[in-house]
Amino acid sequence: MYMSEQRKGDTAIVSIKRKIRPGEVVIHAVLLSCALLSIAITLGIVIILVKESILFFGSKEVRLVDFFSTTTWQPMIQKFGILPLLNATLTTSFIAVLTAVPIGIAVAVYLSEYASGKTRNTLKPVIEVLAGIPTVVYGYFAITFMTPLLRSIFGENIVEIYNTASAGIVIGILILPLVASMSEDALNAVPRTLREAAYGLGATKMETSLKVVLPAAFSGLAAAFIVGLSRAVGETMIVALAAGAGPNFTLNPFKAAETITGYIVRISGGDVSYNTLDYNSIFALGLFLFIITLTLNMISRKVVEKYREVYD
Amino acid sequence: MNAATDLFAADLLSKKRKKRNSIIKILLFAATMITVIILCILLLNIINNAFGVIAVENEVEPDTLAVDGTPLNELENPQLLYIIDTHLSRGLVRRFNDEYPLEERSAKELLELIEERIINSHVKKSWSLIDTVFRSSSIAAYFEANPEQERRFRAWIQPGFLVRSQSSTPENAGVRTAILGSLWIILITFLFAFPIGIGTAVYLEEYAVKNRLHKIIQTNIYNLAGVPSIIYGLLGLAVFVRVLEPVTSGALFGLTDGTTANGRTILSAGLTLGLLVLPIIIINTQEALRALPDSLRHSSYGLGATRWQTVRYHLLPNSFERILTGTIMALSRAIGETAPLIVVGASTFVAIDPSSPFSKFTTLPIQIYQWSARPQGEFRNIAAAAIIVLLVLLLSMNSFAIYFRNHYAKKRNY
Repeated sequence: MYMSEQRKGDTAIVSIKRKIRPGEVVIHAVLLSCALLSIAITLGIVIILVKESILFFGSKEVRLVDFFSTTTWQPMIQKFGILPLLNATLTTSFIAVLTAVPIGIAVAVYLSEYASGKTRNTLKPVIEVLAGIPTVVYGYFAITFMTPLLRSIFGENIVEIYNTASAGIVIGILILPLVASMSEDALNAVPRTLREAAYGLGATKMETSLKVVLPAAFSGLAAAFIVGLSRAVGETMIVALAAGAGPNFTLNPFKAAETITGYIVRISGGDVSYNTLDYNSIFALGLFLFIITLTLNMISRKVVEKYREVYD
Repeated sequence: MNAATDLFAADLLSKKRKKRNSIIKILLFAATMITVIILCILLLNIINNAFGVIAVENEVEPDTLAVDGTPLNELENPQLLYIIDTHLSRGLVRRFNDEYPLEERSAKELLELIEERIINSHVKKSWSLIDTVFRSSSIAAYFEANPEQERRFRAWIQPGFLVRSQSSTPENAGVRTAILGSLWIILITFLFAFPIGIGTAVYLEEYAVKNRLHKIIQTNIYNLAGVPSIIYGLLGLAVFVRVLEPVTSGALFGLTDGTTANGRTILSAGLTLGLLVLPIIIINTQEALRALPDSLRHSSYGLGATRWQTVRYHLLPNSFERILTGTIMALSRAIGETAPLIVVGASTFVAIDPSSPFSKFTTLPIQIYQWSARPQGEFRNIAAAAIIVLLVLLLSMNSFAIYFRNHYAKKRNY
């Protein structure tokens, strides 16, 4: 490793000429404080979310048990049950993952196992362009294209103007590039020898890629799935535009229902005043969201680390 | 069983397997093409909504304003003044006189006033490009049923759209304040996140001993990169808008401009986005530094350079283009961000150009969001036009980054 060599070098310099350079010390300190700022950001997020959440749960209108068990979220009449918001978030995320994961893995298998170098070089930029489009543009796509499409397929009486299905599918399109590129990385990490062994036994390309390479890359694909889910849960603009503006406890994806992020955006968009229950509630929901996404991201990194050990 | 049937069975099996192989190949290719098709539909859908036929209705027909057969736009000042006097209320005329005396205005300015206040044309209905081409009969039927409305073809994305400021009527609205807001915010984001991001990356790659602290900081940065952007909005709202209000509203420096709203300023928005892109810039810079060969470091240390001299004169200059490319990519992510800025408190209506970091703000994505959220078709049209502006901006930033990287990559060969 390079670092250990460098440390050895340092001690050698120090022993020849023990001189402390003030400039170097100052620069070291400045750079260290830059690095510590990132820790401060995390602490800031946690402190603020927790502080406002304590105010929220500490107020006499809110009970922690009701928060997690009741199905009405109506701050106007002091009803704070997270279930309708959580349910909508899970519905959109589930639909998104259902859209993105099969297509994403198929794209990854095609690009890494089947496509020629030329095809890959033309298709990869397309996927990168999709990844670079701002989410608000996807939101526009959801309300001006996906919703009318769903309504013309399933009937205008069944599909409401705002619905979680349209938002979910478009979030799926949004996370598709992420899932595809993470899956491709996982497939590329599978050693060549495995493929060559399969071909040597007389397997076809399809048998090699689906029965040997895919299972070997399973943990990487699982990580892609989890990261995709985490992105879908935290996605805001698509649901704010297409999923509806009002908490609604329903399992029907063709009905309007507001998600956690959609609620935060709607409330904070309307100049909310400080130290009100509305203001505190968006931080409590933010904390909930933060915990979900952090947990998902940590699980995915553990999964990736584990599968790296297998082949390196 | 004899050898011949065995061979036959094997042949059958391999045919079946080959068939399955080609079916799967076609399926996988189809899945890949879906992404291409989605991208095409996405772009076509925007173009479709940015052009099309509109139905315009005038409150007063311009022909009726003609004097003695001279059309309106060839009239002289006194006649124009007479038209204004007879068609507008006294109070309104007095107000215009107070703003800027009518007598002193040029014919062109008077015509503009007449068009805006007396003719007062507004769009009654709009059609998309596809409707315009394929549903011409139903559009014709509409205009027969509403003969007072004039049929025009309108490109919603037009030069005027870029220079006009916000307006409550879609046909007069533009994205000037939004573009300026986006540029101001991105400038602050860059000034804040670029030095700190590079500092952190240099520390982690070149200075830090690989101990526990290093691991905590590194893990923390990866975690921050995965935090939903809306959470950064909440952080910005609580810290920059609320706690640091004296700074972000400019009150501390005595710089409050008349339009500021309690710390909900360009400065707060820029800093919030700075926190958001910081992890991305750090990770990109770390990768750029890691890509440098160790021989570069060794030769510098070998000549007796200190650590900072090595970083300053060898490592940073040699990874410059990769760092900058990564930063531009991060900034283009920031330009497209919407949710955190809504939470921080973007203004719903800004008609005045931002003049300082302490001004109220709106940005392109926020305009797109607000226009898309309205049910009227015309607002969807200008949302599509604003999307085109945003995508062109992003495209030019990214192409610049790619050009820049390729240009410098040719000069180095390791």
